[in-house]
Amino acid sequence: MARLGLIIPERRAFLGKAGTLTLSAAAVALLSGNEALAAQGKTATSHDIEILNTALGAEHQAIAAYQVGAESGLLTKPVLGVAVKFQSDHKEHADLLSKTVKKLGGKPAMAMKPADYKFPTDQLKSEKDVLRFAAGLEKGAISAYLGAVPLFGNKDLAKAAASILGNESMHWALLLQALGEPADPVAFVS
Amino acid sequence: MPTHVLARMLVSGALTVLAGAVPLAAAAADAPVAGDPVHGKAVYAMCMYCHGIDVTRVGPMHRGLFGRTAGTLPGYAYSAAMKKAGAKGLVWNAKTLDAYLTNPQKVVPGTKMLFGGIADAKTRADLIAYLAEATAVTPKAEAAPQ
Repeated sequence: MARLGLIIPERRAFLGKAGTLTLSAAAVALLSGNEALAAQGKTATSHDIEILNTALGAEHQAIAAYQVGAESGLLTKPVLGVAVKFQSDHKEHADLLSKTVKKLGGKPAMAMKPADYKFPTDQLKSEKDVLRFAAGLEKGAISAYLGAVPLFGNKDLAKAAASILGNESMHWALLLQALGEPADPVAFVS
Repeated sequence: MPTHVLARMLVSGALTVLAGAVPLAAAAADAPVAGDPVHGKAVYAMCMYCHGIDVTRVGPMHRGLFGRTAGTLPGYAYSAAMKKAGAKGLVWNAKTLDAYLTNPQKVVPGTKMLFGGIADAKTRADLIAYLAEATAVTPKAEAAPQ
């Protein structure tokens, strides 16, 4: 099993002053989108909310999947640390998406009960199995966000979705590297 | 028989044969690409982020897909667009799936399926071939996905 060669920064390095979360410009625009959009005379569409909720549902699933992986007892300590970090990223994605849906007047999608996801836990027998499972989910997330970005009627929402897509790609690349596979297998993701 | 009558018959016969051949040629051009369900299963892996054969996740399960009216799986919150498509007569089969998987938003504008589509016809055919086998309604429950 290949070691994860990247140094994972301490979580506090991602935090701004007094423990507050530093948001990207896209996220700030997203969360303030309602007022800004209203000022521009534009509003997010109900389809935008639907797409955001579909993405939110997928993030809930990813959070649950990483929980399964973390609790499997199959991950070595450094890999477990990375899995927890990746889960943390998905929680941030979910939090942002949820707040945005509310901001736009929608009702955020709820997470399913963990057992209802019916993850193939009986097939997870080794760390490699867990990593392969996670890599498959991250690749699916990339495809989903790639499909979502052009669907948004609002460019700020599209930009934020693209930002999340970038993070999912990082996850995929690192997981592939951990599996001993090329971290950059394709020039164009799909 | 006068020569001109014979010639007319021959030409008429040739035209009849040609007329019959044109629809066949058109049908051959429109004939679905034969799919490989083994490769299709590998392709389905990308769908499993949201779907399963026997599990509804972000997207509806696929058991019983073929012959199902779009937007009608009980218990799943479809988009208004998908429900409308079903109400207008969209039923899933190899042909409609091929069109939908090429460009979901084009076939069902407003669908909440987050997927840009599969451009390659052979890949779509393989996936559809796998789905045709894997989603058949049988008494035996589907095994957990890989």
